[in-house]
Amino acid sequence: METARLEMPVLDQTQEERLEAEAVTSATVRPPLYAARKKIFPGRASGRFRQFKWLVMAITLGIYYLGPWLRCDRGPYAPNQAVLLDLANRRFYFFSIEIWPQEFYYVAGLLMMAGIGLFMVTSMVGRAWCGYTCPQTVWVDLFLVVERAIEGDRNARIKLDAGPWTLRKILLCMTKHAVWLVIAVATGGAWIFYFADAPKLLGEIMAGTAASAAYVTIAVLTGTTYVFGGLMREQVCTYMCPWPRIQAAMLDENSLTVTYNDWRGEPRSRHTKKAVAFGQPVGDCVDCKSCMAVCPMGVDIRDGQQLACITCALCIDACDGVMAKLGRARGLISYATLADYNANMALATANGTGAVNPTLIRNSNTSFVDGVAHFDLRKILRLRTFIYLGAWSAIGLVLVYGLLTRERLELNVLHDRNPQFVTLSDGSIRNGYTVKLLNMIAEPRTIVLTMEGLAGADMSVAGVDPPAGRSFAIPVEPDRLTTIKVFVRQPADQINKPMQSFTFRIADETSSESAEYTARFNAPEIAR
Amino acid sequence: MSSEHIDEASGISTTGHEWDGIRELNNPLPRWWVITFYVTIAWAAAYTVAYPAWPMLSSATRGVLGYSSRNDVKNELAAAEAAKGKYVAAIQQKTVSEIAADDGLREFAVAAGGATFKVNCVQCHGSGAQGSKGFPNLNDDDWLWGGEAEQIQQTISHGIRYASDPETRQSEMPAFADVLQPEQIAQVSAYVASLSGPVRDKTLIEPGAKVFAENCAACHGENAKGGREVGAPDLTDAIWLYGSGESAIAAQVRAPRQGVMPAWGARLGETKVKELAVYVHSLGGGE
Repeated sequence: METARLEMPVLDQTQEERLEAEAVTSATVRPPLYAARKKIFPGRASGRFRQFKWLVMAITLGIYYLGPWLRCDRGPYAPNQAVLLDLANRRFYFFSIEIWPQEFYYVAGLLMMAGIGLFMVTSMVGRAWCGYTCPQTVWVDLFLVVERAIEGDRNARIKLDAGPWTLRKILLCMTKHAVWLVIAVATGGAWIFYFADAPKLLGEIMAGTAASAAYVTIAVLTGTTYVFGGLMREQVCTYMCPWPRIQAAMLDENSLTVTYNDWRGEPRSRHTKKAVAFGQPVGDCVDCKSCMAVCPMGVDIRDGQQLACITCALCIDACDGVMAKLGRARGLISYATLADYNANMALATANGTGAVNPTLIRNSNTSFVDGVAHFDLRKILRLRTFIYLGAWSAIGLVLVYGLLTRERLELNVLHDRNPQFVTLSDGSIRNGYTVKLLNMIAEPRTIVLTMEGLAGADMSVAGVDPPAGRSFAIPVEPDRLTTIKVFVRQPADQINKPMQSFTFRIADETSSESAEYTARFNAPEIAR
Repeated sequence: MSSEHIDEASGISTTGHEWDGIRELNNPLPRWWVITFYVTIAWAAAYTVAYPAWPMLSSATRGVLGYSSRNDVKNELAAAEAAKGKYVAAIQQKTVSEIAADDGLREFAVAAGGATFKVNCVQCHGSGAQGSKGFPNLNDDDWLWGGEAEQIQQTISHGIRYASDPETRQSEMPAFADVLQPEQIAQVSAYVASLSGPVRDKTLIEPGAKVFAENCAACHGENAKGGREVGAPDLTDAIWLYGSGESAIAAQVRAPRQGVMPAWGARLGETKVKELAVYVHSLGGGE
């Protein structure tokens, strides 16, 4: 070993930051039957992933809080809120798209896309949803920003928590919870604006005249935001959420996960210099516990993949920072696939025959040997990924096609079944129909209802004075369903069989939109 | 309980239960979970005090909040009645033709009248108001006593041949078995049948016409178009209350059956009768 001594950079003990941190869920700690939550004081991380998380946070929170305030002019007969779930009138608005209840399959399609999209992302980059975009993660992040701003970073908070209840501590604590509550109220408040005209509803809420459901919703969401984001935090993910279990099942050996690369980190040592001097093998990990100090979940990533890890990648930032200070290559903790990790472990342990030996993966100049597997996009993009991508895009294309070609004028006809037909005094046969005209645009228009086929027959519309005819102009209200009762009459001498088909056609003559329905006309077996 | 067993992989003790080598880890429950568990038990206990819950001999505890689902129903019904109020008030004010001419009121009256019809009228007139032998079809355009909304209202309100209502529609066709000879009955039946269709023996038509003019025209009219003042049916059309064809006509001439309809005005009240009249008028035959 003396000759193969590693040429490691000599560690300057004064530069190295040692942190006292302990994982709350560690394999070495025997837990009691009932356990109080151990407080976690996540420190501030900085680095590439932290930057990215700030961006994601700004976008997701921005969409959530500002979404209801966007306007979109739809004319005088429809609301001008860009995103609106109008439950009372059963209409969904998303910018220029309006969804009627019977078009709910668009929403179903979006949900399928969300599901498949989640599979796709998870198969590539693991629990990215948990780590970056889950509301729980985003709001906990936001609450931590507040906590840090008021009580200071990790060490200050630990000190404050351990210290006696001084006036300062009480004030800081109250301020923090007050700000949290304000955020929680804003969060609950923003939610209800998606269900009604936001400016009007805000005025009503302030004036105390809004519906009680609005206040109850705000109260419930304020409560959940405050409790989940401020008080329970990581407990929600570890104990309450089914997602970690499901997402973990979707990973395979080629999915990227946040990984502690013990093939280059072990044997970890707090006293590298001394160890080197004694000729002991030393890995890159200096056991500074920075990774644990920034972890919002309180895990030790060096224990390997675990349920509680949401893969937020802040430990990567923390570790990269330390590695940079030490002048070593970053990536001791990194996004890596299980396949790469296993290959590198096999290399470092000589196929599992011994402990991790740093000399097996390094050249004499401290660079890695060629056999070490590194991140490769081609391993991430694999057949499975493209199957997901294909299914996801196929559904998306169908939805877009459906939206572009959908009719905004529809016709539904219900044939009277009791009685199926009525014999009139002159022997002619009459059938009744309930005709529903769906005007799905936010403009009033005049729809022409025509009947085609059925020799000699004419129709009359209830509420419209005779004469009967084969065509009626019917005014319909904007964005509404109009129901009319239509009676169709055919002279006895024209009836040649007990059931005939004919067509109801509706047309908007100004826009040339039309729709038709093939209806049946019933007559007795022997009409006279 | 078996002695404590520690799982090797996790270092966590197990519950001591084992199924085919599978053991259950005895992970600690989060304290908040335990607290929540007890809170739900306390909530359940408090709930049974606050709301009706414990069964007693003849009823159940009422609960200190005084909640009752029956009251909920009562309130909902009251709210529904209140919502109907403005329509009902308008229906009381207006005549049936005015109601039928007003789109909103007509829609309400047709729905309300339809509900009343389903309860009170379907037994004779059928669930689709299609009638049956002896009970008129209300969908068609043939009306014995008139098909205008007011006339329908009158019929519903006071009934037909309903003895206990002095304003009831009254008429009676005599039994001609005692008045006419059997061959005269055959002749007049052939004549009446010929007005709306072919008959077997055309030679009966001419003498039949004479019998008709002498005995029937007083009520059914010289042209056999009937008369609504006395509820005499039109004998030239395609609609036959007691069956078409010579033998059915002859049977009706010999011993006429006369339908009776009860007077509904006293039982249902004026508003409901108006709604019914608008409903019947809307079925397609209203005049």
